[in-house]
Amino acid sequence: MTRAASPISTTSEWSFELVQAYDRAIGQIAEEYGLDTYPNQIEIISSEQMMDAYASVGMPIGYSHWSYGKQFLNVQQSYNRGQMGLAYEIVINSNPCIAYLMEENTMMMQALVIAHACYGHNSFFKGNYLFRAWTDASSIIDYLVFAKQYIAQCEEKYGVEAVEAILDSCHAIMNYGVDRYKRPYPISTQEEQLRQKEREEYLQRQINDLWRTIPVDDQDKKQKKTARFPEEPQENLLYFIEKKAPLLEPWQREIVRIVRKIAQYFYPQRQTQVMNEGWATFWHYTLINTLYDRGLVTEGFMLEFMQSHTSVIYQPSYDSPYYNGINPYTLGFSIFTDLKRICENPTEEDKRWFPDIAGSNWLETLDFAMRNFKDESFILQFLSPKVMRDLKLFCILDDDHNPTIDVTAIHDDDGYKAVRESLSAQYNLGNREPNIQIFEVDVRGDRSITLHHQQFNRQPLDEGSAEEVLKHIHRLWGFDVHLHSLRDNEIVESFRCPDPNAEDH
Amino acid sequence: MTYIVDRRLNSKNKSTVNRQRFLERYRQHIKKAVSEAIDKRSITDIHSGEKISIPAKDIGEPIFHHGQGGKKVRVLPGNRDFVTGDQIKRPEGGGGSGNGKGAGNSGEGMDDFAFNITQEEFLNFMFEDLALPNLVKRHLAGNTEFKLHRAGIANEGTPGKINIVRSLRAANARRIALTGGKRRRLKELEARAEALANATHPDELAKLNEIQAEIAELRKKIQRVPWLDDFDLKYNLHVKHPVPRSRAVMFCIMDVSGSMDQATKDIAKRFFLLLYLFLQRNYEHTEVVFIRHHTSAKEVDEEEFFYSRETGGTIVSSALKLTDEIISERYPAEQWNIYAAQASDGDNWNDDSTICYKVLSERLMPKLQYFSYIEITSRDHQALWSSYEKVLEDFPQTFAMRQLVSASDIFPVFRQLFQKKVA
Repeated sequence: MTRAASPISTTSEWSFELVQAYDRAIGQIAEEYGLDTYPNQIEIISSEQMMDAYASVGMPIGYSHWSYGKQFLNVQQSYNRGQMGLAYEIVINSNPCIAYLMEENTMMMQALVIAHACYGHNSFFKGNYLFRAWTDASSIIDYLVFAKQYIAQCEEKYGVEAVEAILDSCHAIMNYGVDRYKRPYPISTQEEQLRQKEREEYLQRQINDLWRTIPVDDQDKKQKKTARFPEEPQENLLYFIEKKAPLLEPWQREIVRIVRKIAQYFYPQRQTQVMNEGWATFWHYTLINTLYDRGLVTEGFMLEFMQSHTSVIYQPSYDSPYYNGINPYTLGFSIFTDLKRICENPTEEDKRWFPDIAGSNWLETLDFAMRNFKDESFILQFLSPKVMRDLKLFCILDDDHNPTIDVTAIHDDDGYKAVRESLSAQYNLGNREPNIQIFEVDVRGDRSITLHHQQFNRQPLDEGSAEEVLKHIHRLWGFDVHLHSLRDNEIVESFRCPDPNAEDH
Repeated sequence: MTYIVDRRLNSKNKSTVNRQRFLERYRQHIKKAVSEAIDKRSITDIHSGEKISIPAKDIGEPIFHHGQGGKKVRVLPGNRDFVTGDQIKRPEGGGGSGNGKGAGNSGEGMDDFAFNITQEEFLNFMFEDLALPNLVKRHLAGNTEFKLHRAGIANEGTPGKINIVRSLRAANARRIALTGGKRRRLKELEARAEALANATHPDELAKLNEIQAEIAELRKKIQRVPWLDDFDLKYNLHVKHPVPRSRAVMFCIMDVSGSMDQATKDIAKRFFLLLYLFLQRNYEHTEVVFIRHHTSAKEVDEEEFFYSRETGGTIVSSALKLTDEIISERYPAEQWNIYAAQASDGDNWNDDSTICYKVLSERLMPKLQYFSYIEITSRDHQALWSSYEKVLEDFPQTFAMRQLVSASDIFPVFRQLFQKKVA
């Protein structure tokens, strides 16, 4: 590449013209690399506003809830103490894709964020299959507006406390509010409002039907007893509660639904953290370097950039006091970077491990990887021995039946496969979260609901929190809640709410 | 395609509502923290914000997660010297090596949730459900502040206050009044001219000419009536009204005789400070008068009040008399809300206590909104206390007395004194 004579800017001060100029330059290079993005909306905000954005977990419009206030105080506290620099970017999966730039950033930082968020994350949101299937970028803002208005109305009608109680309970089982297999389809605000009305009426009729108490003769009763309700265990707790909870008011059902919808919107993000951040980091690195190759940025700029980039992908080792899990930026960036190397300069080892992609066109291969995987499958598919060596990954088995913790595999020829599989499993949401499903509702008896927890690797539920969550489920369901923890189909532990032992007083 | 939007001027307090909700929800915790803070704080920063911490377990949002135990496989970075098959001893104290995701949420290592509230919020929590007892705030005419009120329309004024609509309406009315007769005549003549329009007879033509001449004359006259005249102009009238203000003066009376040590004075000071902050929230304007006394009383500034030390005997009535003098000189009771707080260790010359009773019940109490007496002592009460008890009998509504032993009693006593009474 030939280096042009004049860089876009030479000082660290930014201006709107410069942001525009950088965006144009970066956008052009991104296009040359074939990144397909939604239009960008870059919003310049102050640090206070950034804290606000943080507090609402990245939703540009959120309904009011105390937990966001708590989050805000937390962020504010650590920011004021100087413990935490605000992350320099927040990006929202919407169309147009909204990215926030903080006004305190230097010009270099703004350029980095533009490359990272507006072209990296943005193209990931648009391309990855999970996002395509699960979220609809063009309607999310509309939906959030609807949700905020609806909840505000409910607060006016039924009081803040009542609404807050329902929201608390929903938040407790928010992670169990996702249909993993059905694809929801998006609609606009008006449609949503219209349908909400219909839903309200229809649903209430349905519920009443389900709980209708018609006297039945004994024979009939016996037959019914064999049919379990629901016939299949239900994994989507919020959905089941929304549709079937006997005592909820229509507005309460709608709130359950709102929380469920938002859980669904975040579901792909929770499953693609490594990929998403890795992809964005890989692209800011590549795009900014290309800018430099073309002489559009100065050496000083690059130095500052390299410093930020290095701290983003810093991975402390397991015994460091700073260790806080595997840094998704590092892992994702390493895999994508190595993938590019495998395509361009494959070694013998790479050819053995990746016969299909060694030597292929790197742009196509990376694009394929970005589009068709989630963290779990992405790691299983593309984590190369070289990355494992670089990060010095090793695998330990912590079994409470053994007196010691065993190192089962390390980054050597015998261990690569095992390390890779274990790491992949570590990103499987199904392993990370207890597997809890609705097993049965006693439709004709005391209307209690029974949940089953299938233990994975004999891992028990955390008792304290399980009891708390059951209280929330009890609030939503309105009748007794049972939770059985099962190991190999045998009940090893049971919880119940309300707790029969605590009923004395 | 990229849009760049400058949002910096948008409101930045999107989280205010949520923050308020949070404070509301944990009101009990915060109140507790606030009242603890008041006892611990150094005197000078009592009106800054406060750091509040709430136990993490009270504030958590529970979710299902894995507990300790079972079989866990973990991949960690940064291996230095492990090889496959190594067996590592379990670290002491449970936890397991490299606390995984689940463990962070459970059991140990839970920090309190800490955050800051502002001074305003701090004071709100501090003085919540306190009220100035049984007293109607007096709204008084101060002599410095005025507010302009509209008072209709005037014929004189400055150009800046011209009321355009009213002026033009007046002009219009004047024009109608001055030209009405002429217009009527004009209409009449025009009708006649119309009738004669096709006339050919010389008489008629002459008449027509006459009429037309008159019409021209009338039109000129109508023209000459001015569009806008000086006396059409109307002005908005504003008049000054004095603003009723609530003003309070607080007398801090403290015994500085030899028996009062620095610790006792500190306690007194905190009490005065609380009272001052409280008054400040209730009145727009608050003045403080410091009076210290041993055998004789003296009005002093704050610094001297709290920090200089004198020895000698104690004659409480001297301070009460001085208070009374200052009130009659500078703070006429009909214009000021007068509060007095007295702190003492209870020492007094025995025969002086009866004088105190007299001065208080005859001269001072009728003028005061409220008198609070705190006795900072762990010893038995002396004559002063019993004569004050008599005052309390006479003025149960506006007189209060309490005993303090240590600094931690201050806030509870303060709350007792000013507890909002159910009407």
